[in-house]
Amino acid sequence: MNLVIVDYKAGNVQSVLFALERLGVQATLSSDFETIKAADKVIFPGVGEASSAMAQLRARNLHKLLPTLQQPFFGVCLGMQLLCQHSEEGDTDMLGIIPLQVKRFQTDLKVPHMGWNQLENQQSPLFSGINEKDYVYYVHSFYVPLSEYTIAQTSYPEPFSAALQYKNFYAAQFHPEKSGPAGSQILKNFLAL
Amino acid sequence: MLTKRIIPCLDIKNGRTVKGVQFENIRDAGDPVELAKWYAAEGADELVFLDITATNEGRKTFAELVRDIARHIDIPFTVGGGISSVADVEVLLHAGADKVSVNSSAIKNPDLVSELARHFGSQCVTVAIDTKYTPEAGWKVYTRAGTVETEHATVDWAKQVTALGAGEILLTSMNNDGTKAGFALDITGQVAKAVTVPVIASGGAGSMEHFLDAFTKAHADAALAASLFHFRELGVPALKTYLKEQGIDVRL
Repeated sequence: MNLVIVDYKAGNVQSVLFALERLGVQATLSSDFETIKAADKVIFPGVGEASSAMAQLRARNLHKLLPTLQQPFFGVCLGMQLLCQHSEEGDTDMLGIIPLQVKRFQTDLKVPHMGWNQLENQQSPLFSGINEKDYVYYVHSFYVPLSEYTIAQTSYPEPFSAALQYKNFYAAQFHPEKSGPAGSQILKNFLAL
Repeated sequence: MLTKRIIPCLDIKNGRTVKGVQFENIRDAGDPVELAKWYAAEGADELVFLDITATNEGRKTFAELVRDIARHIDIPFTVGGGISSVADVEVLLHAGADKVSVNSSAIKNPDLVSELARHFGSQCVTVAIDTKYTPEAGWKVYTRAGTVETEHATVDWAKQVTALGAGEILLTSMNNDGTKAGFALDITGQVAKAVTVPVIASGGAGSMEHFLDAFTKAHADAALAASLFHFRELGVPALKTYLKEQGIDVRL
């Protein structure tokens, strides 16, 4: 399988590479238009701030390519938020693939939402073998509300989208590459889609 | 529910794990990668690696070690020690660290905190605060491995770095560190109440009850310990089972 990780200098690329390596899977790091287009599957990691990440994508012309991709695609953390329409973080227009808004947590609880929290109401092969209330690792200050594209949820304190699916675009707000055995299983499930 | 985090901390010198008792009398407690794998398998929620090597040569060794750790463990980890620039952080995050912690360099140059938050996002910027209580000065921030008193009152400094973009505070009480007499509940509680970001209690853990107190009395979001775990005086699974029985949300 030709697996490509999108490299745009705003991702925790190394952690994702290592997680795949632990599964015995080789992936190619690339920001090249043709390489990404030709991939069987694409993983799109992301950490950092929304507007700088969008600037990095634009600088590589990836804002035009990514929405046109047809193969199974997996956005992680900021990589999930970037797939949406708009983010309150820096009032940023995102890639606009999934017609959803990214909002800042408005809560008395600590922000960032940082640590291990539970998956609920999973509705996708992406979560096969994952139990209701299994723990995954989160670290984020912005979130996507529940929507018709939500395929799993987590509460902090209100429920929000732990994962999304829109056509071939899958996405997780948590970090599967840092979520122990449950995270490895979710990555494996994506590779098996 | 978001769980309270249990965090073993590994002090690293020349690629090996060490732990100072009150930051002195360093003892060797093993190979960092092996220890990290062992903790991840035991159910530690995160790990912290502090590089106490002072030389540039040691720095390079540490970056290689970070890569080796990232390759082998599947839980998040924070690295700190001697970080003073965006370039330093870039190397460590690129090697696979999830968060970095800054301490003395933030005191020397508070703008570093905002610079790091802007470049990498607040979520990967932990500000470590070493604090010490004296009857004359109250709780003050100390720098240079806890040897030099600064003019900063601890709660004010915690609020200041949070405003600058810190995503987390790692608060170590010098009075308690190495004593195994419990965390500094008063200052930890004051800081946890004063800031909107998560606070890690550190220094003084000696029993399971101490962790319970850190979460229930001081409202810490996470608690860190070193030698207690390294020398197997307390196991992470036993600790988490106990906390769960006491009604604390933990990942089991």
